[in-house]
Amino acid sequence: MTNSWTDIKNTDLVIVMGGNAAEAHPCGFKWVTEAKHHRGAKLIVVDPRFTRTASVSDYYAPIRPGTDIVFLMALIRYMMENDKIQWDYVRNYTNASLIVKDEFGWKDGLFTGYDEEKRDYDKSSWDYVIGEDGYAEVDPTLENPRCVWQLLRAHVDAYTPEMVERVCGTPSDRFLKIAEMIGECSSPTKTMTSMYALGWTQHSKGAQNIRGMAMLQLILGNIGVRGGGMNALRGHSNIQGLTDIGLMSNLIPGYLNIPTEKEPSWESYMKSRAFKPLRPNQTSYWQNYPKFMVSFMKAMWGDAATKENDWAYNYLPKLDVPTYDVLRMFELMDQGRCNLYFCQGFNPLLAFPDRGKVTRSLSKLKLLVTMDPLETETARFWENHGEHNPVDSAAIQTEVIQLPSSCFAEDEGSLTNSGRWLQWHWPGAEPPGDAKLDTWIMAQIFLRVRDLYLKEGGVFPDPIVNLTWDYADPNDPTAEELAKEMNGRALEDVTDPADQAKVLAAKGKLVKNFTELRDDGSTSCGCWIYSGCWNEDGNNMARRDNSDPDETGAYANWSWSWPVNRRTLYNRASADLAGNPWDPERPLIWWTGEKWTGYDVPDIAPTAKPDEVGPFIMNQEGVSRLFTRGMMRDGPFPTHMEPFESPMANVFNAKMRGNPVARLFESDVAHLGDSTEFPFVATSYRLTEHFHYWTKHNVVNASLQPEFFVEISEELAAERGITRGGQVRVWSKRGEVWAKALVTKRIKPMICDGKTVHVVGIPLHWGFVGAARKGWGPNSLTPFVGDANIETPEYKAFLVNIEPAVGEAVS
Amino acid sequence: MTVSPMMDSPRTAAANPPVQPVQGNMGQAAVVRSSAGGPVAAEPTALTPVAKLIDVSKCIGCKACQSACVEWNDTHPEIGANVGVYENPLDLTPDMYTLMRFAEYDNPDSGDFEWLIRKDGCMHCAEPGCLTACPAPGAIVQYSNGIVDFIQENCIGCGYCVSGCPFDIPRLGRADHKAYKCTLCSDRVAVGQGPACAKACPTKAITFGTKDDMTALAAERVEDLKSRGYDNAGIYDPEGVGGTHVMYVLHHADKPGIYNDLPENPQIAGVVENWKGPTKTFGLAAMGLAAVGSLVMGLMTRSDVEAEDEQRAADMVDRAADPAAPPEEQV
Repeated sequence: MTNSWTDIKNTDLVIVMGGNAAEAHPCGFKWVTEAKHHRGAKLIVVDPRFTRTASVSDYYAPIRPGTDIVFLMALIRYMMENDKIQWDYVRNYTNASLIVKDEFGWKDGLFTGYDEEKRDYDKSSWDYVIGEDGYAEVDPTLENPRCVWQLLRAHVDAYTPEMVERVCGTPSDRFLKIAEMIGECSSPTKTMTSMYALGWTQHSKGAQNIRGMAMLQLILGNIGVRGGGMNALRGHSNIQGLTDIGLMSNLIPGYLNIPTEKEPSWESYMKSRAFKPLRPNQTSYWQNYPKFMVSFMKAMWGDAATKENDWAYNYLPKLDVPTYDVLRMFELMDQGRCNLYFCQGFNPLLAFPDRGKVTRSLSKLKLLVTMDPLETETARFWENHGEHNPVDSAAIQTEVIQLPSSCFAEDEGSLTNSGRWLQWHWPGAEPPGDAKLDTWIMAQIFLRVRDLYLKEGGVFPDPIVNLTWDYADPNDPTAEELAKEMNGRALEDVTDPADQAKVLAAKGKLVKNFTELRDDGSTSCGCWIYSGCWNEDGNNMARRDNSDPDETGAYANWSWSWPVNRRTLYNRASADLAGNPWDPERPLIWWTGEKWTGYDVPDIAPTAKPDEVGPFIMNQEGVSRLFTRGMMRDGPFPTHMEPFESPMANVFNAKMRGNPVARLFESDVAHLGDSTEFPFVATSYRLTEHFHYWTKHNVVNASLQPEFFVEISEELAAERGITRGGQVRVWSKRGEVWAKALVTKRIKPMICDGKTVHVVGIPLHWGFVGAARKGWGPNSLTPFVGDANIETPEYKAFLVNIEPAVGEAVS
Repeated sequence: MTVSPMMDSPRTAAANPPVQPVQGNMGQAAVVRSSAGGPVAAEPTALTPVAKLIDVSKCIGCKACQSACVEWNDTHPEIGANVGVYENPLDLTPDMYTLMRFAEYDNPDSGDFEWLIRKDGCMHCAEPGCLTACPAPGAIVQYSNGIVDFIQENCIGCGYCVSGCPFDIPRLGRADHKAYKCTLCSDRVAVGQGPACAKACPTKAITFGTKDDMTALAAERVEDLKSRGYDNAGIYDPEGVGGTHVMYVLHHADKPGIYNDLPENPQIAGVVENWKGPTKTFGLAAMGLAAVGSLVMGLMTRSDVEAEDEQRAADMVDRAADPAAPPEEQV
């Protein structure tokens, strides 16, 4: 989230699209009801189903799964056509005025540079024109046909309300009503917040869905302000922490990058990370990258990382492919190229797409180790559970070791919520039986592996034997020790660059925050964005002061938020060019004439003059990006792409299937279905009563939602002879499931391109272990393809067929 | 008897429990009514009347209230089946005192579809039909704060409370033949805490406090709903039962029936109505109502309860165990 949960109370309009906040985030949703009750805020829901969020909305519109970009680009078009733009914001805080290369263009659904063979773009044309002074060229009048604003205008021109109706199935009057409500938020004193989740990410173009709304929010001037923002509702209590800490195959903690094969040396790695400002006076904060990176290397390898050996850069693996994401890892297992899988806190048998492939892959492993507080289907993938897991146990030779671990309520540490708050927690109970803390388990494995390397050597033992491991009890690192390691400390006295005599952090002390990190090896820091979480002031994550002066919703002394306890990212953009709040009723920070001050930690250098330094300090341009240059694989603007399995062809280019640059393994192509065999659109989702595959173990949750079902419209039920509560069979090109039929008015057939489109809703939560009735997950049906940029699987739009199954209707 | 503020009704469900030991304030000393001539306090503790407000327009149907109710009351609901609806279980049971009911409604006026979700459970009527109907002394009591509570050790399992309830709330346990329903968490309220459901509700759709405060909050909510075009928004606090200590805010207060058959004008059924007061026993006998007459006899000599009554109670137990069975007709 750019903002925080508590800030949602400040909004005038909530749009829930690509998510279902009331059902999947019921506790956070309280801030929506708060905004509605006390600010008179309105709630819009756009969703294929009339959800429980829709049940408390002011306005609802249906949409065909996987067509969000059409809707969003049409909203942008509407704002441009109807002058619903916050002009001062757009001119000054976005890259609307920057000039783009003449070669850049878009045609037939594709941007310039597409290589069909490689399924990739040559992105060299997707960039600014750089002038002789080394800066990007601009046209402040926004009239130059090659400026971002004019290119965007041309780009969205095709996305008319009629196009929305044709592709999304959303009646155009519904679309227009929503556009009108949103348009009101172009006023500097009205804001909209976007709350989204996996309904946008789980598509082969998920990142572009989110960009679409981010662009709309920028045009309305809603980023950086109270009650605004792009608010990703994270699906687990600590999934924000997972990405922050870099548990992605291509990341290092704090969104630094794992090097690639093209960066064999420190010099080559740093060369592409110079982050020179693209406009005069701009901050381009990533220029500090070397400080964060060197401090990370010092945290990892201490004295073994020196300037002379390029901070042990050769210890880091070099990626030969963009990512080793889960889809790729299972592909490698299936190919027999990965034979040991250490599965910590995951249940891939029910969570990863194409369950048949998952089972096949796990069956080819030599060793599977699971670490989980709960019994998982994955740990039992080899057990025959009849139709619910029809495997031939005798044919599976995989050795499985289950390591029972503690759950969140049994250990100490912090959870990072969607709003980037690191909230410390204490154990409420001892782990039962033989369950151990994850940290203890990892320490045992590491120490044994290190011993083996010390005793026996190996091809390259250095990164293992030199890893910093200076915990008081090496067998059991504590949460406090790990938090301090992430915060970082001074390895030598750290002095003020402006006054060398002034010591900011004495040798051995914890640094105050990342501003004290250095690139000369004098500091260590495990995760720069977390620097400040536990410093010499103590454990800031454990703060529990819920005072909120002037009720701004900031709660600055409750826990600790990254970065540097800032609650709203880009908050400099909440003030105008003179530094005064756009909305005097909702000030966040402001310029006193000498410095920035306010309710939040300013997201700008404290003395940076408002008319000189742009508010988007992480960007080389100093402004936000409506056009993203070559930073995304599938285009600098979002363009409509159908799901890989779709009932209709792409209206721009009938030959284009799905996202033209999404990775598709050869073995999976044959497992994609088409609408002649599979006429219905399916989408997957959670229910409020359960949390993933955990709570089916709990009898209370299990009693509240006991059994697997699918949701269909009354029309589809009639067409297929399905009765309410009857048993149905649902199948895709990849597998089949049996479920109870929940026949409802809340799903209505849509008309897309003149054809009726039926949606089948498939909740997750059931498996073959636990207290609830045995069932299936949607992953038995979903395709093995992910987002082009981050490989999130396409769970939200795929094709199925449905028929009544043998068995009597219950009611 | 007046009561110190420390010992009076809690003003909110959000507050954390007091850390000092608290003497409960809802014992016999606060009983103002008791079924079938059961004991009442001579000079009852004057607790401030309380109310739970259920704002249907803020309810997201998450069932956190159901979950909290099960946890607090330590009941053991069955893991049932899905029969094609969101209600689970399908009806109130002796192990599920509260239930989210979901109604799919095509609004003929606006042309819009609405999904009306209502938390069902005991309304804690000021004039409780269950208490009036109950033939077992002290099995149903009402406290001075308005809470109506079932005292299971005095319950004879006859099921008359079910017939007497205009909202069809109490359910009989199959194993113990005792009647169960929402207690408004009388055991929590007695020590200064609000009901578990209100505490667990994430959106403040369920709030708790004094009846005056809740009525004022409800009025504020109605105003908001009217500003959003719900011209008939209103408070559900039906007069036919003397008002209730569980109230609803409804977007369509003119049509309570669309919220899964919430009664438009609930009343204590005529027969039960006439049972009121200390003259109940004699009055009933004088009216010559055979069944009730024999029941009164039954109170004195339990074994004399007629077969018809036994069958009636047994049917209710069966119904509780099989929520899919059709609802019984009211008296």
